[in-house]
Amino acid sequence: MDKTSKENLTRGIIRENPTFVMLLGMCPTLGVTTSALNGLGMGLATMFVLALSNMAVSSFKNVIPDGVRIPAYIVIIASFVTVIEMLMAAYVPLLHRALGIYIPLIVVNCIILGRAEAFASKNSIGQSLLDGIGMGLGFTIALFLLGSIREILGSGSFLGYNFFDEGAETILMFIMPPGAFLVLGFLIVIFNRIKGAK
Amino acid sequence: MSYAMIFIAAIFVNNIVLSQFLGICPFLGVSKKISTSVGMGFAVMFVMTLSSIATYAIYHGLLLPYNLQYMITVVFILVIASLVQVVEIIMKKMTPSLYQALGIFLPLITTNCAVLGIAILSVQKELSLAETVCYNLANAMGFTLAIVLFAGLRERLSRTKIPQALQGTPIALITAGLLSMAFMGFSGVGN
Repeated sequence: MDKTSKENLTRGIIRENPTFVMLLGMCPTLGVTTSALNGLGMGLATMFVLALSNMAVSSFKNVIPDGVRIPAYIVIIASFVTVIEMLMAAYVPLLHRALGIYIPLIVVNCIILGRAEAFASKNSIGQSLLDGIGMGLGFTIALFLLGSIREILGSGSFLGYNFFDEGAETILMFIMPPGAFLVLGFLIVIFNRIKGAK
Repeated sequence: MSYAMIFIAAIFVNNIVLSQFLGICPFLGVSKKISTSVGMGFAVMFVMTLSSIATYAIYHGLLLPYNLQYMITVVFILVIASLVQVVEIIMKKMTPSLYQALGIFLPLITTNCAVLGIAILSVQKELSLAETVCYNLANAMGFTLAIVLFAGLRERLSRTKIPQALQGTPIALITAGLLSMAFMGFSGVGN
């Protein structure tokens, strides 16, 4: 793999992490991360849409007139979102129900439109695919981390495995809405410190 | 569901921003000053009420009769995006003063997931037209309340000394967390 490809693939993971650095796609980040599994599912669904829409936008970039490019991108993204929503409803119905309204809302996730406009509309299909996978991976890692912390503190379990006996008191607040804001706030503090130390 | 209950539930109990996590981007992005947050709030109220009527008409007039429910995401986002454009053009021509106040916020609303989210939720809850309009307006009012309160807190915060690591986004998120905790006091009201 040559240098630019590697650069495009890894950019989204730490240096331009969509969640911790760019603060994009906050609604699903906060809304679905009540457990590690939900975070992982949302991250992977977004990565799927991101990679495919990046490829589609890149392959149509010479055909789409400049004036209507944003509506055109939105239609491309919305089509892939509909595909993933139907696939999830068919094969992982439990996860589909847990993520609920946030699956159709992948359409308005600013990460996807942002990458279409900033990267895929200017680069080749292969590079756009790598960029989509990298950014999606960064988003997935962030959601999984946030979901894990909230699940461990809030329900005393990890990926469904319980640490305590039934009836143990856990810090319920962490799986409720305030916990999402607080955990993400402190994660960004830690992320900034690690980045600053490098 | 009575109309008063729709309003109380949407504004306080299930606040759209603080407990349903819709519209977080403008909530964090346009909340540095109270004046801009009020502008954003009113722009959202305006667009959400209009879009509720448009999406209701499209869903019940077009998608449902032809069994096209699976197209809901694609169609709704296009309806909302074009509605915002039309509103912007009409406003510029008819009420320049209102356009001056709300204009810059309008393009931002297309990517505000609150509008699309509440439109889809209204369909899922199978509300009637009057209920849909109330539900949308109530949620937009909840958004306005949350963003104005949050902007007030951030204006105060900008005058205090904050540890370096917490400056910027982290302190904003932690403040939002505390605000959300305060709103949890309403949970259970009306049940």
